[in-house]
Amino acid sequence: MNQPVLDVRGVSKRFPGVLALDDVSLTVAPGEVHALVGENGAGKSTLIKILTGVYRPDAGDVHYRGEPVAFGRPLDAQAAGISTIYQEVNLVPLMSVARNLFLGREPRGRFGLIDLARMNREAAEVLAGYGIDVDVRLPLRSLGLGAQQMVALARAVAIDARVVIMDEPTSSLEPREVDTLFRVVRELSGRGIAIVYVSHRLDELYQLCDRVTVLRDGRRVHTGELAGLDRLGLISLMLGRDAAEVRRDGLTGFSAHDAGDVEPILRVRDLSRAHQLHGISFDVRPGEVTGLGGLLGSGRSETAKAVVGALGADGEVTMAGQRLTRRSPAAAIRAGMAMLPEDRKAEGIVPGLSVRENIVLAAMPTLSRFGVVSRAKQDRIVETFMKRLRIKAASPEQKVSELSGGNQQKVLLARWLCLHPRLLLLDEPTRGIDVGAKAEVQALIDELAADGLAVVLISSDLEELVEGADRIVVLRAGAVVGELAGDDVTEDNIMTALAQEPAHD
Amino acid sequence: MTQTLVQKSPHPVPVEREHRRERLAALAQRHGALAVLTLAVLVSSVVFPSFPTAENANGIAIQSSFLAIIALGMTFVIITGGIDLSVGSVFALGGVLAAYASQWGPAPALLLPLAVCGAIGLLQGVLIAYTGMAPFIVTLAGLLGARGLLLAITEEGANTYLVPKDSAFLELGQGTLLGVGYPVYLAVLLFGLGGLLLQRTRYGQAVFAVGGSPDAAALMGLPVARIRVLTYLLSGMLAGFAGVLNASRLSSGVTILGVGLELDAIAAVVIGGTLLIGGAGTVSGTLCGVLLLGVIQNVINQIGSLNSSYQSVVSGGFLIVVVVVQTYLSRRRHLR
Repeated sequence: MNQPVLDVRGVSKRFPGVLALDDVSLTVAPGEVHALVGENGAGKSTLIKILTGVYRPDAGDVHYRGEPVAFGRPLDAQAAGISTIYQEVNLVPLMSVARNLFLGREPRGRFGLIDLARMNREAAEVLAGYGIDVDVRLPLRSLGLGAQQMVALARAVAIDARVVIMDEPTSSLEPREVDTLFRVVRELSGRGIAIVYVSHRLDELYQLCDRVTVLRDGRRVHTGELAGLDRLGLISLMLGRDAAEVRRDGLTGFSAHDAGDVEPILRVRDLSRAHQLHGISFDVRPGEVTGLGGLLGSGRSETAKAVVGALGADGEVTMAGQRLTRRSPAAAIRAGMAMLPEDRKAEGIVPGLSVRENIVLAAMPTLSRFGVVSRAKQDRIVETFMKRLRIKAASPEQKVSELSGGNQQKVLLARWLCLHPRLLLLDEPTRGIDVGAKAEVQALIDELAADGLAVVLISSDLEELVEGADRIVVLRAGAVVGELAGDDVTEDNIMTALAQEPAHD
Repeated sequence: MTQTLVQKSPHPVPVEREHRRERLAALAQRHGALAVLTLAVLVSSVVFPSFPTAENANGIAIQSSFLAIIALGMTFVIITGGIDLSVGSVFALGGVLAAYASQWGPAPALLLPLAVCGAIGLLQGVLIAYTGMAPFIVTLAGLLGARGLLLAITEEGANTYLVPKDSAFLELGQGTLLGVGYPVYLAVLLFGLGGLLLQRTRYGQAVFAVGGSPDAAALMGLPVARIRVLTYLLSGMLAGFAGVLNASRLSSGVTILGVGLELDAIAAVVIGGTLLIGGAGTVSGTLCGVLLLGVIQNVINQIGSLNSSYQSVVSGGFLIVVVVVQTYLSRRRHLR
C-alpha cells in the first residue's frame, strides 16, 4: 500500500458522561475511497469532526501526509487540504453559484477588486468539468440539490484538497444525481484524492468503496477490504450482533401478544415521498406491537411522521375504516392516533412547565369549557396517569426538566394517553434512558398493547425491536423489504432482510 | 404545517422557465425601489409644477444625503443579518462632537467624531460577534449610551456648541459645486465606494455569506466574527460622518437631532430591497429607498393642506407593501 495520506492513530475523545471515541485508528491511502460506517452514536461524526478540526482528540494523534497535525479550526484543516462535504449542502443559497464556488478566494484584478468576468468564466469551466451546465450568475438555490452538492464538491476539490470527507452526500439526491456524483468521486480517486465516504446506504458503499472501517460504540470493530465482506457480515459488524448469539433470552420486559386475525385498525397503503419513502404499505392491529425496523436513514421515522401527517406524503392512510383525506397532526389526533417523537427535547416535552402542565397540554381542549380549564379534571387525570405509568416525581408541580429521561418519556406517554388514542406510534421510546427505566418503559408499552391499544414501535435497538414487536416491518432506503411475524421475528431474519440485494437497481 | 410545502407535481417546472422566474424575482428585488422611485418622480412632476425644478431637486438631494450615508452603513449591517439601532444617536453625537471640536480647526472637527463614533460601532460589533448577544439589544444599548454621552457633554442639552463663523469646517456642509452641495457629492461618492466594497471585494462577499448562512460561512473558512465587527464599525463611522456633515451644514451641534432616524434608515434599506433577514441586498436599492422617502416628504410638503406628519404614514405604507412583496417572492421560491 502507498504511504497513507491520512493516518489516525489511537484517537480517543471523551464528552461529559460518554467516551465518544475509544482508541480509534483509520488509515486512508491516496486515491482510496474508504467507507466509514456505523450506527447512530457509533462515533462517526466525532471522528469526522476531529479530522476537520472542529474537535481536538483527548488522546492519540492524526498524521496527515506523514506529519502529525492538530487543526485548531475547520479553516486550518481546509487550508491543509482536508475538505468536507456535508449531508446538508453548506453553501450560501442566496449568493450566486460562482460566488459560492469562489467565496474567500475570489480572483482579483485591478485595485484588488474581484474580477467578476473571470470568476464567472472560471466557475462555468470548473462546473462543466463536473457535467453541470448552469448559469453561474444565478443564485445557488435555483439549482437542484444534486447540482448544489456538486458545487460544494467542486469547491472542496478546488481548494487543492487531498482528502475529501463526504458525510452522507446522497441523502437528498435523485438517482440520476447520485450517478453523476459517483462518476465525480471515481474521477477524484483516479486523480489520487483520498475519499472518506460515510453512508448508510450499503448499495452505495459496495459500488464505490475500496475499504471499510466499521465503528460501534466509539470503537473500531473492523477495517478491511469491502469486497471481502458480504452485506450480512457488514451489518452484523455494525449492529454488533453475531448470528449465533442472536437467540438469547430477552433482557427486555416484553412478552408476546397474539392478535391473530383481528381486523387492522391502521392500514397504510403506498405511502410515498420524494427521495424518502417509496410505496410503503403495512397494517397495524389492535393489541399488537408492530415494529418498524431498519438501519438509520431507512425511513422509519419518516414513515411514522407521514402516517400522522407531520410529513407530507402521497398514499392512503386508513384509520379504523376511515380514510384520512386531509392529513395533518390535528386530524390524526382526532382519528385516535398519538405519536411520541424521536427527539423528546425538541419535539416533545416543554421543559419549563410542570409535570401536570405537560401531561394535560394536548388534552386542554377536552378539559376546558368556554376556554376555562377545569383544574379539578386536570388533577384527576394527572393523578391517574402518574400512578398508572409510575411516574416518579416529587409532585405534579415539579418541573419536567428535573425528571430523569425515563420519567420524561412517561410524562409524554401520559400526555397522549389521556386523549385515549387507539393507535400509539413510538419513535425510539427508550433512547437515552438508563437501563432500569428502559425495562420499565418497555413493560409499559407491553401493558398498553395488552389493553388493546395498537402500537407502532420504532427502535434502532434490534434486541428491543425483536423482544417488543409481535410483527416487524423491515424498511430499507424508504421501501418495505420484508415483513416478519410470529416466530420469524428474530434479529437474524431482520439482518437477512436488510442485507438482501435490492430488487430495483 | 409543513406538508403544504411538499412538491406534488410529478412533472417539475422546466428548468428554463424556473430560471426566468428566478431572474424576474431577483430583478424585482433589485430594481423594485428604482421603478417605484421613477414612477413617484414622474407622477409628482406632472401633478406639481413646482416639483420638477432644479431648486427642488437640489433640496431633496441635500436633505437625503445625511440619511443616505447612515442607510449605507445600515445596508451592510442588515445584509449580515444584524440591525443597528444606535445610528440615530450616533449621528447626533457625531454632530455635537464635530461642533465642539471645530474650535480647534477642521481636522479635529472631522476626526474626533469619527474616532468616537467608530469606537462605539467597534464596541457594539465586538459584543455582537464575540459574546453572541443579539444585535437588537446591543445596539439598543448603543442608542441609549450614545444619547446619554451626548447629553452629558452638552449639559443635558442646554449647551449647544457653535462652529466658529470663520471656520473652514463650514465649507464641508455648506459649500457647493455647480450649484449642488458637497454633502450630495460625498454621499454619491460613498455609495460608489460602498457598492464596490459590497460587490467587488472579499469583505463584501463575506458580508453576504455571513448574512445568508452564518454556519456555512464559518465552515467555508470565513472569519465570521471579524466580518461582523468590521460591519458595525463601518456603520458607526458612517453615522458619525453624517453627523459631522450635518453639523457643518447647520453651523452647530444640535442635540435634539436624530431621534428615530435609525428607523428611517432601516425603512430605506428594506424599501431598497435588502432582505431584513440578511443575505441579500444592494446599496443602489438603498439609495433609491432613501430618495423615495425624500420624495414622499417633499410631495407632502407640496400639498400645503396636508400635515407633514402624513409623510410617516405614507412611508409606513410603502414599507408594508415592500415587505409583503419580498415575503411573497421568497415564499414562492421556497415552494418549489
